[in-house]
Amino acid sequence: MVDERLLVGYDSSDDAAVYIASEEIAIIQTLDFFPPVVDDPYDFGRIAAANALSDVYAMGATPTTALNMLCFSNCLSLSVVRKILEGGADKCMEAGAIIAGGHSIEDEEVKYGLSVMGLCHPDKIRRNDTPRHGDVLVLTKPLGTGALSTAAKADLLEPESVHLMVETMARLNKNACEASLSMDVSASTDITGFGLMGHASEMAGKDDDTTLVFESQRIPLLPQALEMATDGILPAGAYRNRYFIGDRATFADDVPLAISDLMFDPQTSGGLLLAIREEDIEPYRDAMRALGEEAWRVGRVCPWEGAPIKVI
Amino acid sequence: MKTVDARGLSCPEPVLLVRQAIAEGEFPFVVLVDDATPNENIRRFATNNGHKFEVVEEAGEYKFTFTK
Repeated sequence: MVDERLLVGYDSSDDAAVYIASEEIAIIQTLDFFPPVVDDPYDFGRIAAANALSDVYAMGATPTTALNMLCFSNCLSLSVVRKILEGGADKCMEAGAIIAGGHSIEDEEVKYGLSVMGLCHPDKIRRNDTPRHGDVLVLTKPLGTGALSTAAKADLLEPESVHLMVETMARLNKNACEASLSMDVSASTDITGFGLMGHASEMAGKDDDTTLVFESQRIPLLPQALEMATDGILPAGAYRNRYFIGDRATFADDVPLAISDLMFDPQTSGGLLLAIREEDIEPYRDAMRALGEEAWRVGRVCPWEGAPIKVI
Repeated sequence: MKTVDARGLSCPEPVLLVRQAIAEGEFPFVVLVDDATPNENIRRFATNNGHKFEVVEEAGEYKFTFTK
């Protein structure tokens, strides 16, 4: 069935479904859930919620309501379940979204996430595959959560690195989105399981008319991420992403393998990747700093240079 | 020759077993893995840390031989 009001749906690789309810209102609908990525149940709840809310921010929308989705086994204590839900609730409150209910079922492995609804003016919806030539690419969280989560399983990290990884994953993309609302953003996506390269590949599109050029030395990395990548502590997803992207991304010979590996590292609740006008980059970074966050200029949107992604 | 059988183990365990075997210092030794991810991870660890190795792939299994 075709309904013209479904603006963004299953056929595009965008982050969510967008439904035009009226001339003034577009509804954004998303769902995301996963098994625990950290040991602490409250942190897990915060991270899962920040991740689920992120799709709404990627589209330039405001989250309004959310529904919990929880799978838990009978042997799990209720206090653990409560802490997961508390983490999710706290993040939704921070986002200004109301948890309106949800559903739970028994399952062998714990999983938690949310379905989030957001609202936006139909003219203001941000697509992930419409970058404008000449724009600069800005990233709002450092990379490395996949490598660091793998390392954390074996206690290979300094406590401070674990703390920063958790806080980075639990941080909403609210500020990253809102600081850019006054700007003319041509493309926007959030970095999650496909890694920076996978989501950048979607942003470049399939028309072979746009190349996203990334500067490897500007890619922000979490503490100890480079060390872990250098020591071969990478998750299977990083290699899957590299394989999947294949020759859609080309790397200059002098780009260190550990940095390119981290550009494929699957992220949990990663930052936004935005294409914005050159003159907006410093005002955007200033606005983010004023909110206590950082944003990094990582590349540029260029006319076709032979591949959708070029890393120098 | 000492053999570290890391088949069926998921990352980062195979790399950690290689690290442990190197620390124990009994060269040469063999490491077996049966998945592309530990194959790549062990190569990265060994190359970047200056350890000598050869690797042979056969039917989806990788046999690393580490020498001093």
